[in-house]
Amino acid sequence: MNPTVSALQATFGTAIGRAQVARDGETVVAVAPSRLLEVMRWLKETPDQTYDYLVDVTAVEYRDRERPLEVVYFLRSLGRRVDLRVKVELDAAAELAVDSVWGLWRGADWLEREVFDMFGITFRGHPDLRRILMWETYAEGYPLRKDFPLRGRFSRAEQVRQALNANPEAHYSLDELSIADAWGDLPDDMRERLRRGERGTLPE
Amino acid sequence: MKRVVASTEVAGQSPNYLLAKFQHLVDWAVNASRANSLWPMPFGTACCAIEFMATAASRYDFARFGMERQAFSPRQADVLICAGRLPFKLAPVIRRIYDQMPQPKWVISMGACASTGGIFDNYAMVQGIDTIVPVDVYVPGCPPRPEGLLYGVLMLHKKIRGESLFDAERRRDEQPLDEKGLRLSPAEIDEVSEPFGNSVHQFRSA
Repeated sequence: MNPTVSALQATFGTAIGRAQVARDGETVVAVAPSRLLEVMRWLKETPDQTYDYLVDVTAVEYRDRERPLEVVYFLRSLGRRVDLRVKVELDAAAELAVDSVWGLWRGADWLEREVFDMFGITFRGHPDLRRILMWETYAEGYPLRKDFPLRGRFSRAEQVRQALNANPEAHYSLDELSIADAWGDLPDDMRERLRRGERGTLPE
Repeated sequence: MKRVVASTEVAGQSPNYLLAKFQHLVDWAVNASRANSLWPMPFGTACCAIEFMATAASRYDFARFGMERQAFSPRQADVLICAGRLPFKLAPVIRRIYDQMPQPKWVISMGACASTGGIFDNYAMVQGIDTIVPVDVYVPGCPPRPEGLLYGVLMLHKKIRGESLFDAERRRDEQPLDEKGLRLSPAEIDEVSEPFGNSVHQFRSA
């Protein structure tokens, strides 16, 4: 088992739930939703842990309606070459909402949008929580939920009608992303490479 | 008594004989030109597009059948080849591409997914592109081999050779969408989208 778990339990006590080693050898640890952000910040910023890379965010709904939904975070420490999975359990009967980790890992932006699109889980504090795979006017629900019928809720004719009446350009912004806009968010080494002219010119 | 010959009566034939001969000649020339210089607009969305590329490449080479120039702009294309599955998100895109193509235009639906939805009988996939645009040739296969696509192209040649410039109903592909924005009636769409094979065991509503 990943030694991070015992450090987590020593630091956060009861906020850390069951921990187990998955069949592929990775450690899975459950965290209380109320303290998720705190735990994640600790995992990222504590010098011994340094889980600086968010590999993926996904969610699981089980066929057993009694079981809660799980949001799963795949973390990796690039320097130490260690992986950790963090799970948050959400009661399906209550509001499906969890704090966004966008503030810690910018890569969570689209990953959380995908979970929102497919499962309907809201991420509090996400800067731009929109559908990402389905179109934004999609009205049939959240496709990966267990109560979602495989062919969708509407008839095929209604689905075709909505699709053909959609404006293909409506969902996409025509504003181009500029490296100058993101300058403040770039890590230092990337700024340095930009300064040396490896990837285009330096915004002043 | 001298027999008066009507000006349209030639050598005992029908008055329309010359006109029919002329129309036949024009049709032959026009159709041969069209069939032998089809410009395909590739709309490749999945693995069928890989087979499509193989068909375009040197071993199979559909330039031998007049498709030398692939038109990556719909405004200079004759035949739209939909190679691969079409999600609902792309339905307005392929419809707009089709609308942008000048007349005359044809559509080849390549592969099981484009023709019927294939194995993707789910919430995200169009069940046959003929619910979106009119289709001339369906090529079966998952994906079809290049020979299959070439056979479909030759079938399209045959179809084009049978067309007539002088038949007002010869092409029904100028099919504007109705006031609901649909090409087929809702009942027809539901009918052609019926589940088949293993997917009949699934159900639509929860």
